[in-house]
Amino acid sequence: MMTKTENVLEVKNLTVSLPGDGDRANAVENISFTVAPGEIVCVVGESGSGKSVTASAVMGLLPAALKPTDGETLLEGENTLTAGKTRLRDLRGTRMAMIFQEPMTALNPVARVGEQIAEMLEIHTSMSASERRKRAIEIMELVHLPEPKKMVDAYPHQLSGGQRQRIMIAIALVLDPALLIADEPTTALDVTTQAQILTLVKEMQERRGTGVLFITHDFGVVAEIADRVVVMQDGRIVEQGPREDVLRNPQEPYTQMLMASVPSMTPPERKPVEGDFAIDVDGLVKRYGHNGLFGRGRVVLAASDVTMHVRKGETLGIVGESGSGKSTVARCIARLIDPTAGSISLHGTEIATLPESKLRPHRRKVQIVFQDPYRSLNPRRTIGLSMIEAPVNFGTTKADAIVRARQLMQLVGLPADALDRFPHQFSGGQRQRICIARALMVDPEVLIADEAVSALDVSVQAQVLELLDDIRQRYNLAMLFITHDLRVAAQICDRLIVMQKGIVVEQGPTRQVYSNPSHSYTRQLLDAAPGTEVEFGSGRAS
Amino acid sequence: MVFYLLKRLLATIPVMLVVAVFIFLLLRLTPGDPAAMIAGDYASDAQIAEIREKLGLDEPMLVQFGIWLGNIFQGDLGESFFFKKQVSELIVARIEPTLSLSLVTIILTVSIAVPMGVISAYKQGSWLDRLTMGFSVLGFSIPVFVIGFGLIYVFSLKLAWFPVQGYDRISEGLWGWLRHLILPALALSVIFVAFIARMTRTSVLEVLGEDYIRTARAKGQTETKVLVRHALRNAAVPIVTVIGFAFAILIGGVVVTESVFNIPGLGLLTVDAVLNRDFPTIQAVVLLFSLVYVLINLVIDLSYTVLDPRIRY
Repeated sequence: MMTKTENVLEVKNLTVSLPGDGDRANAVENISFTVAPGEIVCVVGESGSGKSVTASAVMGLLPAALKPTDGETLLEGENTLTAGKTRLRDLRGTRMAMIFQEPMTALNPVARVGEQIAEMLEIHTSMSASERRKRAIEIMELVHLPEPKKMVDAYPHQLSGGQRQRIMIAIALVLDPALLIADEPTTALDVTTQAQILTLVKEMQERRGTGVLFITHDFGVVAEIADRVVVMQDGRIVEQGPREDVLRNPQEPYTQMLMASVPSMTPPERKPVEGDFAIDVDGLVKRYGHNGLFGRGRVVLAASDVTMHVRKGETLGIVGESGSGKSTVARCIARLIDPTAGSISLHGTEIATLPESKLRPHRRKVQIVFQDPYRSLNPRRTIGLSMIEAPVNFGTTKADAIVRARQLMQLVGLPADALDRFPHQFSGGQRQRICIARALMVDPEVLIADEAVSALDVSVQAQVLELLDDIRQRYNLAMLFITHDLRVAAQICDRLIVMQKGIVVEQGPTRQVYSNPSHSYTRQLLDAAPGTEVEFGSGRAS
Repeated sequence: MVFYLLKRLLATIPVMLVVAVFIFLLLRLTPGDPAAMIAGDYASDAQIAEIREKLGLDEPMLVQFGIWLGNIFQGDLGESFFFKKQVSELIVARIEPTLSLSLVTIILTVSIAVPMGVISAYKQGSWLDRLTMGFSVLGFSIPVFVIGFGLIYVFSLKLAWFPVQGYDRISEGLWGWLRHLILPALALSVIFVAFIARMTRTSVLEVLGEDYIRTARAKGQTETKVLVRHALRNAAVPIVTVIGFAFAILIGGVVVTESVFNIPGLGLLTVDAVLNRDFPTIQAVVLLFSLVYVLINLVIDLSYTVLDPRIRY
């Protein structure tokens, strides 16, 4: 019988080496920490810090290129690094289990969710098929899935993101493991769903005394659920300790910098922007789908009667969860999609119904920066070619365009010789700067940032936010800032629109919306944001 | 589902109609008088006139097409000029060897190619993988008749394990039937094994990088089950698609193999019909092949809904 004080997991001096041509020798270097029964330990760090590698090393799921070269990972005293293949398979699922970031892709899309839970029992127990099914339904009930008797036969695509993650948790916990490793389990979820999943993880850990190793990049989440915090940077542990100590009184400069980069939920005082309207949207409707030939079609109202105005030099934020219609509105304004009804005018020019042939000058005026800087640049063209493409299309000479590109590179903080290089030679943050510079090449009047900082690490995010704000001021741009992140919205937006299911439920100055929300959905969103009791920084690079 | 099936079946009608029009025009638009062509080089004018009247060639084109189509629907595919028999009888007599050869080939192909592709993907970069891929290139490059004659030389003439050519009906015994089919099926399958193994490898390789494969491993599942239950099932849609196409191409491609191995199937029938300008037979065979193509496509499409629950029509 194991005593209560014994640790579920002890990682001792773990070193995992990277293949020879990497930018550093080890993915993780000489790290040590423990997880006690019933304890939630958060490993927090930016991308490339080695946090996921640590988790995979414990589970024995490291990619073939990564080799543990030193140290041990003791699961209830047993080293999983040296365990044989068969023993490791036995331990997975029974003593340690893992949940992942993407609940859609982490479940087999062609197998019923019940089967996927039952598979765990099939591997590790001698239960009959009917017992397995019964047990699957029980555990689904335990993780609060609605109508488990029906849902047990559903396929993953028929469930919502939150429900899928509950299925993943059910799979992980069905055999009552001593250790649960959660690798960014709420990163892909909406904020209200995230709050529910965090509550569930806590509930399960309290009820069953499971030790939880929780990997995240989100300090809000850390503040919400951690008992102890391990901060990692470049494969090393920078700082670790109880939550209160690390969050309220960080000792190391790196931790302090990270904490300061996390945007606070309290919006700063902002002077209302005066001046002409740049964008006027009136009664915008976008309907997808149509009634099928036999009345079997599906109609989705992605945006319904949306009315809003953005002044020159103003940042209007559109916040909402996935499916709220925030991106639909932005795409209508850019006329990437055609609105079903309503009016959109740019500086008084009606563009909602302009035919494609007359849209060209309008396209120049509205530029978009997208979420994923890895996929929005053509990997086979140099940055310079990507930059000058649009202005050359609009009649600028190549030489003039290149001069302009050089200036803009400087403005976004990149060297001029960046123009001769290819996208893969830059980091995510640098690429997003390039995307911003590219958008500015044609002197737009409106800049749409569609989740433009969501894929970035928090320290990089802070820098890009600062850049966007600077550019808005410098060029007197009307900026439409679309985000699901309430912390980011609090810091950058002058005014806010809150959308739910295609409808604008609330709008007003940012400070007013945060301090005195009038709609129940806005309150729900604000309450769901994790870690609100800890005050973070300004969200700007210091 | 039933609704979709009905819709798809209805949609095959216009496709087959277009095919029928082309097949009909095949004879009518060939330079020269069809009646003279049918009658042959030594026919008298009276004979030609008789044939013209018999086939209704004096009527307007549209009426002729109506008569022809009506006859087909009644199972009357016309009379073969060369064999002097009802074409429908000819086809019934010749269909068994062709179907047998195609089925045996496809079973052989799938049971070699799919495991080969899966193992190759799993052991990516190993000598086994390289061997498979090498074979793939080779299989693509060698023509069927070369492989066929090579197999006959080694296994029939030198080793005398299998008959050189010919066909035994299945009703005369399973072993004799199979013995005659193994070499031609093997010859035919090489190119399809090369193709399907490659496709399987690519498809499985893609799936092996997916998150749910990692999930399955995190559950403690054995590698074999990870491969079969999680990887292969998810990779199945493109694999089944190429198997379907392979089957369709096979049926059309038996012409060469049946000639090499002298199997009295539809392939040989086609060759004989073409060489003797036996238009009713050519028309019937082309019509039949087209129908098989359309049906195979239908089956492929329907199989998607079974393989992937996300695909619903």
